[in-house]
Amino acid sequence: MTLRERLREKISAAFYRHGLLCASYPVPIILFTSASILTCCYPLLRLPLPGTGPVEFTTGVRDYSVPSHEPQGDLGERPDWYRGPPVAYIQQVLVKASVSPWDSSLVPVDVFRSPLGRAFSLLEEIRNHVHSDGSGVRSLETLCLQVTDLFPGLRRMQSVLPEHGCLLVSPGNYWQNQRELFDLDPDLLKTIQKHEPKGLHTSATLRDLLFGVPGKYTGVSHYNRKRVVTYTITVVLSSYDARFLGSLRGRLKQLHPSANCSLRDDHMVHVHFKEEIGIAELIPLVTTYIILFAYIYFSTRKIDMVKSKWGLALAAVVTVLSSLLMSVGLCTLFGLTPTLNGGEIFPYLVVVIGLENVLVLTKSVVSTPVDLEVKLRIAQGLSNESWSIMKNMATELCIILIGYFTLVPAIQEFCLFAVVGLVSDFFLQMFFFTTVLSIDIRRMELADLNRRLPAEAGLPPPKPGPLRIREVPPPPRPSPHTITLQTPAFRNLRLPKRLRVVYFLARTRLAQRIIMVGTVIWIGILVYTDPAGIRTYLAAQVSEQSPLGDPGGGGLAPHLGVAPVFRGGDPTSALSIHPPPDPTPVPENQSQGHHGAAQAGPLPQASPPAVPQITWGAEDEEGWRRLSFRHWPSLFSYYNITLAKRYISILPVIPVTVHLSPQEAIETRHPQDTRHPPPSIPKVSADLQTDLTLYKVAALGLAAGVLLVLLLFCLYRVLCPRNYGQNGVAHGRRRRGDLPCDDYGYSPPVSEISPLLLRGHSMDIECLASDGMLLASCCLAGQIRVWDTQTGDCLTVIPNEGPMCGWDGGYGAAESGLLGPETLGPACEEEGGGGYPLRRRTAPTWPTLFNDQPDLTPLIDTNFASQPPSHLCTPPRHGFDFGGLVERAYMEHEAPSPSAYPSPSSASSSPASAAGTQAAADGESSVWALELRGNLIAAGRSSGKLELWDAVEGSLRCVNEDGGSGITALAFLNNRIVAARLNGSLDFFTVEINKPLGLLQYRGAPGRGSVPPSPCYSSEDVISCQLTRSVQCAHQKPITVLRAAAGRVVTGSQDHTVRVYRLEDSCCLFTLQGHSGGITAIYIDQTMVLASGGQDGAICLWDVLTGSRVSHVYGHRGDVTSLVCTISCVISSGLDDLICIWDRSTGIKLYSIQQEVGCGASLGVISESLLVTGGQGCVSFWDLNFGDLLQTVYLGQSSDGQGVRQLLVLDNAAIICDFGSELSLVYVPSVLEKLD
Amino acid sequence: MSLTLTAMSNSAVTRGQQQRSGSGQMPQPSQGPYISVITNRTTNLAIRGAMLFSVGVFLALVLNLLQVQRNVTLFPPDVISSIFSSAWWVPPCCGTASAMIGLLYPRIDSCLGEPHKFKREWSSVMRCVAVFVGINHASAKVDFANNVQLSLTLAALSVGLWWTFDRSRSGFGLGVSIALLATLATQLLVYNGVFQYTSPDFLYIRSWLPCIFFAGVITMGNIGRQLALYEYKFVQEKTHQD
Repeated sequence: MTLRERLREKISAAFYRHGLLCASYPVPIILFTSASILTCCYPLLRLPLPGTGPVEFTTGVRDYSVPSHEPQGDLGERPDWYRGPPVAYIQQVLVKASVSPWDSSLVPVDVFRSPLGRAFSLLEEIRNHVHSDGSGVRSLETLCLQVTDLFPGLRRMQSVLPEHGCLLVSPGNYWQNQRELFDLDPDLLKTIQKHEPKGLHTSATLRDLLFGVPGKYTGVSHYNRKRVVTYTITVVLSSYDARFLGSLRGRLKQLHPSANCSLRDDHMVHVHFKEEIGIAELIPLVTTYIILFAYIYFSTRKIDMVKSKWGLALAAVVTVLSSLLMSVGLCTLFGLTPTLNGGEIFPYLVVVIGLENVLVLTKSVVSTPVDLEVKLRIAQGLSNESWSIMKNMATELCIILIGYFTLVPAIQEFCLFAVVGLVSDFFLQMFFFTTVLSIDIRRMELADLNRRLPAEAGLPPPKPGPLRIREVPPPPRPSPHTITLQTPAFRNLRLPKRLRVVYFLARTRLAQRIIMVGTVIWIGILVYTDPAGIRTYLAAQVSEQSPLGDPGGGGLAPHLGVAPVFRGGDPTSALSIHPPPDPTPVPENQSQGHHGAAQAGPLPQASPPAVPQITWGAEDEEGWRRLSFRHWPSLFSYYNITLAKRYISILPVIPVTVHLSPQEAIETRHPQDTRHPPPSIPKVSADLQTDLTLYKVAALGLAAGVLLVLLLFCLYRVLCPRNYGQNGVAHGRRRRGDLPCDDYGYSPPVSEISPLLLRGHSMDIECLASDGMLLASCCLAGQIRVWDTQTGDCLTVIPNEGPMCGWDGGYGAAESGLLGPETLGPACEEEGGGGYPLRRRTAPTWPTLFNDQPDLTPLIDTNFASQPPSHLCTPPRHGFDFGGLVERAYMEHEAPSPSAYPSPSSASSSPASAAGTQAAADGESSVWALELRGNLIAAGRSSGKLELWDAVEGSLRCVNEDGGSGITALAFLNNRIVAARLNGSLDFFTVEINKPLGLLQYRGAPGRGSVPPSPCYSSEDVISCQLTRSVQCAHQKPITVLRAAAGRVVTGSQDHTVRVYRLEDSCCLFTLQGHSGGITAIYIDQTMVLASGGQDGAICLWDVLTGSRVSHVYGHRGDVTSLVCTISCVISSGLDDLICIWDRSTGIKLYSIQQEVGCGASLGVISESLLVTGGQGCVSFWDLNFGDLLQTVYLGQSSDGQGVRQLLVLDNAAIICDFGSELSLVYVPSVLEKLD
Repeated sequence: MSLTLTAMSNSAVTRGQQQRSGSGQMPQPSQGPYISVITNRTTNLAIRGAMLFSVGVFLALVLNLLQVQRNVTLFPPDVISSIFSSAWWVPPCCGTASAMIGLLYPRIDSCLGEPHKFKREWSSVMRCVAVFVGINHASAKVDFANNVQLSLTLAALSVGLWWTFDRSRSGFGLGVSIALLATLATQLLVYNGVFQYTSPDFLYIRSWLPCIFFAGVITMGNIGRQLALYEYKFVQEKTHQD
């Protein structure tokens, strides 16, 4: 034993034990595994969450200094990105402006026109601000971030964003920072709206950029109830100068003091931006992920024959994913921080680790014998695959190790991850997946048990026998490979894929759901993008509807005409005349430019409710937080500055409060502002109007809803027809066409058709005969076995030299007869070698018969002695229609044909006795023909002997050696035996039974058929077989086919003729001529319909009563190998592997079925519409009406090379077919009810 | 193969007869028009070619994007234009080449009479494609110390790809020869000034190009074989059913 084998054994044993362990304690092991997964993943908590959101870090303003590039040791919680100067400093000037007091004469435009206009003066102020101290004069120009050019491709922004110079952004940019343009603009909102992108937008819009606050907080709209306009002037500085900023802040505060402002200004926030993934990078990433999912899909699709396919697939994916997580966690634990982009390498890691092992494990476990205990199955499956798993893992580790030595850091890191991932994956496979698999298998067995119990009850109770191997229907056959290929028979019955898709759609109502979801999303998009301004309109309507709902007074839109009602109590008018507070003294020489002094001051006194109140809250402190996190990156990106992996510092905002007087607002008005007061609603019918509007909105909504429902209904009807494949007329018909197995009243369930293998013969089976209850088979070794067709038990074994072995010495005479060696047989063989092969199958098999005799010792079965001798007579018989039996038995029973007969005339007269006496004591003759009636087996040997055996006892009852030429075909009808010989002669024998009791027992229902039932021969009877008549030269050439039915015996021969004899008096009635080749197949049934097929490929239908030819068709290229008739049609198979179905009355070919090359020529008809054909290792069931393949039943695993040559259809809808050295008994249980 | 052919033609005839004889009955379960299209040899060839072509074009676009990506800024001016940043004729060329290779592989297998049995599953093919993309990814993204290292690593990876997913001598030979031919063609193109590389390292071309070509040939051959296998399997299954 080499080291390798020892290792292999040890590994196998270890895996076996491990499998036992896993299957025995599933729950503790799963708990343990989960715990270890969680433990290993714990270090991942410390890793930053993946994502592109910005990270913030706050420092104080006072002691701020630009961080150095070098990391200065450990500086507390200072993040590692906080190094070096930021890209820019952001200084925002937050302006809140309002016209106060509000005057009823003002129009809504006044809410924002004059406050926005104030931005220009503020801008001027900021631009011209200089600070001079000892270190020099600094102005904004020296400090601000100078931008050079807009990003190419942003031409539309060109007019709005500053193109060069300081990056200073304010709402004034809409009007190129020119007051004149602003004053001339008739519609401000339109100008602002003009630059908004259409449709769905998630990133920062231009409006957000310029206003510096989210759009809904700006208050620039007609429906601003607070009448406070908020905007920012954003100054982007490239360097930080605390003193300049301090002076600017002081100056602005001085100019526009914010009374109740308590904003903190001692913190600056540094915002670090992650790298963003652009679409260009996303596409390859998405591609790899798509490939990954395809890989996972194709892998898990192969999981088969488990209880829950999806569960196992999920377990497999979980195994791989958690192994990856574990590997990352472990690497982090040991200080290896991942530098690779996790999202990018993840698919490759999964592909490297792979799902293969998991699938191999599943296959291996599933293919273990089902009758084992679950524990043992798991263990066995594991140990079967242990070697390959270990080998694969070692190979992969080696490859990765090689990768580690490439010395490329990225690849090394990848390899490290992969190694740890592989190991943890192995661990998880062994513990997690195996356990899950064991649970699944156990569940499957339970479910299987429940499902199969009723089915088993219908079958005869299985008898334990050493010779019988029942193939258990659920397919796990003990072959360790490819579970996918094991069950092609079952796959054939699966629904077509498109049908499955349709069913899936119908079952889950996927179409409707998708439509509904789509509609909801669509509506959502509609509402969100708000193309028609419905939202604002509705909001306005609602606000008008509820004047009492808002006590703040802002809800009173003055133009609605309800305002006068409240005006009396409105103190605004009284307060409006309040003089502005004392003008702020302009600080000397701090401002170079001229600016209008604050004409409107804050109202330090208690603000009356109607006065627009400017409040400063905590939310204003860091107003930029309300912006999209892509606000700053997009602003900078317009100037081709990336913020990825860099940071900006946001300085505390400078609050500016501006109060404007109504007079100023009126002054700044554009002439068009007043021309169309926006909601031109007549004041008189305000209430009615609003009511009407509400009703209109409601009606519109209702109509839209109804329309939507109708639309959905229509879509539903179009996409999902109402009848989901149940009893629809046209629809159902089509679907049934796709689904043949469900159609014809029987749907053979997958598990019900299972071949029962009858094993015992050591060589290929040569002859088959059956009478419904018993089955006799003879193999090339000459051994005859008798089987019970119900149970498949082997009842009797008749060895070739049976009497010689002598279990019963009482048959001395028989012994001598049997021992008579045959001389003709070998002669025939030799001649056969030289002659042309009539049948393909016989030519190669014959030489083996004599060249290498098989070891016959295993054939001697002493077990039959234990069988009760009366067993066969006792089973209840239900009146067999023997005519039907004969036809069934015959139609596929191909007489073992002689290979050739060179001189039929000369050999025809050879005396039989001479052959017997010449016999030397060696050798034996082979059985060429076999028939079974009652419990008598008639065996025709190549020596010309006709033997009658007791099927139950296996004893030789009678021997007739009258003929000298080998018996090529036998027919056993009633008590007559017809034997066709090689020399063309036809012998009629009569079986006579001399009962000691003088009684002839009859079996079966006498009134059943026209043919007298077959007698039951008991063992006490003395049976003699008399040659009643011998028709010498019945044919000129060897007789190839012999059929008997309805009192006729029909023979077909090589001499192109068919002869019809009467059974009673062996009188030749007709000689039918019409074929231009040797006759190869004959069919005759009770209705006297005779069909014959020849080597010329022609099929003739004859009338037996008149001997006339009814029809003559050419159907095959080559021999007709088999013929069967049903009431309506004739089925023929030929050497060209074609099965043709002809209309029996007209002789028109209905259709043909192309079979596999080299398919067996065997045919059988089970019922009027069910045809069975033999193939390579399988039998196929066809629907005769439509030519549909119903099912293919595979007889064994080693199906290649062994075709089904003979096929017998029994009465109980069982099919016997030979299959190499085995017989296969296939029950077609669901057809039973079709037979009457 | 000829047997299959005759079987197919026969079955085509038979099908016609059956459908005629069916006279308005339901068609054969497994032999609808779709199936007959699949079974038809030339149509099948065309379908396979088209699939391979599209796969090739897609991979060419994506991989080109991978190569271009290094120079892409955070906000590319136009994603579409960066997808099609290479010359217009490159993706069709790649598609045609992949279609030819994908059809050539099963043909050579059948000519040599040694059908490829190794790992004939779609999951394996997907794995192969993923590894191929990964090789491209590595060549585009990973910073190697020098070009020799890059080329050697890629060569090892390519041979590993062949060993893992192909392991047939014919595949190796074909891969090497096609890779050499393609490199030669690229070389000629570069010499003629049709295009050039940003940083050629070996005789005006990139030295890793043959490795990429080889891996691509193996991958496309794998896909082509799998597609051909489908046809083969289908024909087998059908004859089985008949």
